[in-house]
Amino acid sequence: MLTYFSKRLLFMVPITLAVSLICFSLVHLSPGQPMDAVVSADAPAEVVELVRRAYGFDRPLPVQFGLWVQRAVQGDLGLSVATGRPVVLEVMGALKNTLILATAAALIGFPLGMLFGTLAGYFKGSLLDRLLTGIAVTGVSVPHYWLGMVLVIVFSVHLNMLPATGAGPGASTDWAFEAAYLRHLILPAVTLSVIPMGIMTRTIRAMVGEILAHDFVEALRAKGLPEWRVFLHVVKNAAPTALAVMGLQLGYLLGGSILVETVFSWPGTGMLLNNAIFRRDLPLLQGTILVLALFFLALNLLVDLAQTWLDPRIKRA
Amino acid sequence: MNAEAPLVEIADLTVRFRTPGRVVHAINGVDLHLNRGEVLTILGESGSGKSVTMRALMRLLPSRRTEIRGRVQVAGRSVLEMSQRQLSAFRGKVVSMIFQEPMLAFDPVFTVGDQIAETVCRHEGVSRKAGLDRALELFQLVQIPSPERRLKAYPHEMSGGMRQRAMIALALACRPQVLLADEPTTALDATVQIQILLLLRRLQKELGMSVIFVTHDMGVAVEISDRIAVMYGGRVVETGPVAEVIGNPRHPYTIGLMRSRASGGMKGQRLDAIPGAPPDLSDLPQGCAFAPRCPQAGEVCGASVPASVAVGQGHAVSCFQASALVDRADAHVGSGVP
Repeated sequence: MLTYFSKRLLFMVPITLAVSLICFSLVHLSPGQPMDAVVSADAPAEVVELVRRAYGFDRPLPVQFGLWVQRAVQGDLGLSVATGRPVVLEVMGALKNTLILATAAALIGFPLGMLFGTLAGYFKGSLLDRLLTGIAVTGVSVPHYWLGMVLVIVFSVHLNMLPATGAGPGASTDWAFEAAYLRHLILPAVTLSVIPMGIMTRTIRAMVGEILAHDFVEALRAKGLPEWRVFLHVVKNAAPTALAVMGLQLGYLLGGSILVETVFSWPGTGMLLNNAIFRRDLPLLQGTILVLALFFLALNLLVDLAQTWLDPRIKRA
Repeated sequence: MNAEAPLVEIADLTVRFRTPGRVVHAINGVDLHLNRGEVLTILGESGSGKSVTMRALMRLLPSRRTEIRGRVQVAGRSVLEMSQRQLSAFRGKVVSMIFQEPMLAFDPVFTVGDQIAETVCRHEGVSRKAGLDRALELFQLVQIPSPERRLKAYPHEMSGGMRQRAMIALALACRPQVLLADEPTTALDATVQIQILLLLRRLQKELGMSVIFVTHDMGVAVEISDRIAVMYGGRVVETGPVAEVIGNPRHPYTIGLMRSRASGGMKGQRLDAIPGAPPDLSDLPQGCAFAPRCPQAGEVCGASVPASVAVGQGHAVSCFQASALVDRADAHVGSGVP
């Protein structure tokens, strides 16, 4: 188990490097210069050259990448071109907000998905099943930035019940566990929870349906277990798969909320990435993606470990 | 026939499965009984209704799509009238079942010991520790080597024969009065089959159990049972003591089964298979279900279903052609039920 763990940790190194390299190349492949945001368009050529040299953008690309990796290993992700602040600080602040949003969305989406999926799986083919599956398919299919805007129009503009943008009163970016901040959390969290809810519903429905068709469920009933005890067996059988899906979905929530965070001006990694892309803020972009990739990998590792623990048939040495 | 009432009594049982667009007539009026300490084998090919009869006996069929009619009495209680609570207390305690494929019948994510202990705890209200102690005794009873270690094994860590022994241990966990064995040797290797069969026979003798054994293998039936009931198209077509049914089969289907059996003396001879295929249960013929495949079928066979007629001591057959040979004034019986 320990060797498996260290092996997996070792595998994370090349994956992280590859992610950084791809992201680095993509930025340089896209039109525009990393300097465009700092230097005005009509600045003299000497000034542009000076700034380029100061940031190291004059070096050959492989050298730039190598230097970045060397510093990143030491925990230094460089300075943001646009703000001049250390990337580490920018990312960590935003990551905290994204984690809050992702956790809230997961707390809404996962339990609902599990409930709907279990009900639909148990009563497959019934009216309830069709209703819940309908909700799930809608949840997965609706573009969530659109849903976000509709929610804003209904609850903020027309009903004036909930704030439309920001993480807290007065454009505060430092989230706190208070009623005023919670009100800001509701709309983006609900918007973001819809996709994991739908995916969980569909996965669990399929899982429960498949498990109930197994012979051992009949055998459990044959030995006299009441239905709720049979259900516990179903849950333990479904748990490894459900866990894997939840881990993956949480990863998507962390990295994939760019559109929702932008719609709600939520000061998280998604909005940070969005801004970094538009400002060609290469260090910030690289740093954010690196941190998110590491998070995603760590999450997958945790899920794998939990699965091994839950399902004795998975042997990993 | 024994003076005391039979332990299991099935009378005029019909089971229908409703699926969108069609109705499957799985069981069409089955009468069976099992006396205390007796081994009854239900013999038939797949689709003959033998497994469904077993499941009806424990009411294991999915209630939403299934329609069960008739009378099922076990140890003086009516199974079809039990509440869900009574039913779950009855299953595993009064009647328990050994399944065909032990790999699939155990929950893969719990240890075998835990699954046996779970049953003991459920029915006897004892602690998990006491349940595991009982599981250990049972493992010794079914002769599983190094039982302490095997209790902690998961189903996939055992061999096929070992798993079936564990399955038998599970079925015996709460000393049931009736043991149902649904093709318990079919999924096993030939050598292991014999071991499991011998084990079951020994346990039956030692514990004085009443067993209903379902199989399509005539050799297995002869090996283990006191009485045989041959099923075809959801009906019992012939029933009687083993020696009677095997030595003097009267129904053309039973005779066909005997002929289609491979045995040493037939070396070099061609096997006599029964022509045709088993009937479609959603579209049964009006008369005798075997008539379309029967070499002796006459006009009367296609018109109505033959009643069960006694042809010997406890030996009854449902066939117009076979019973025509018997003096009709002799006896018309309901099918062995007194």
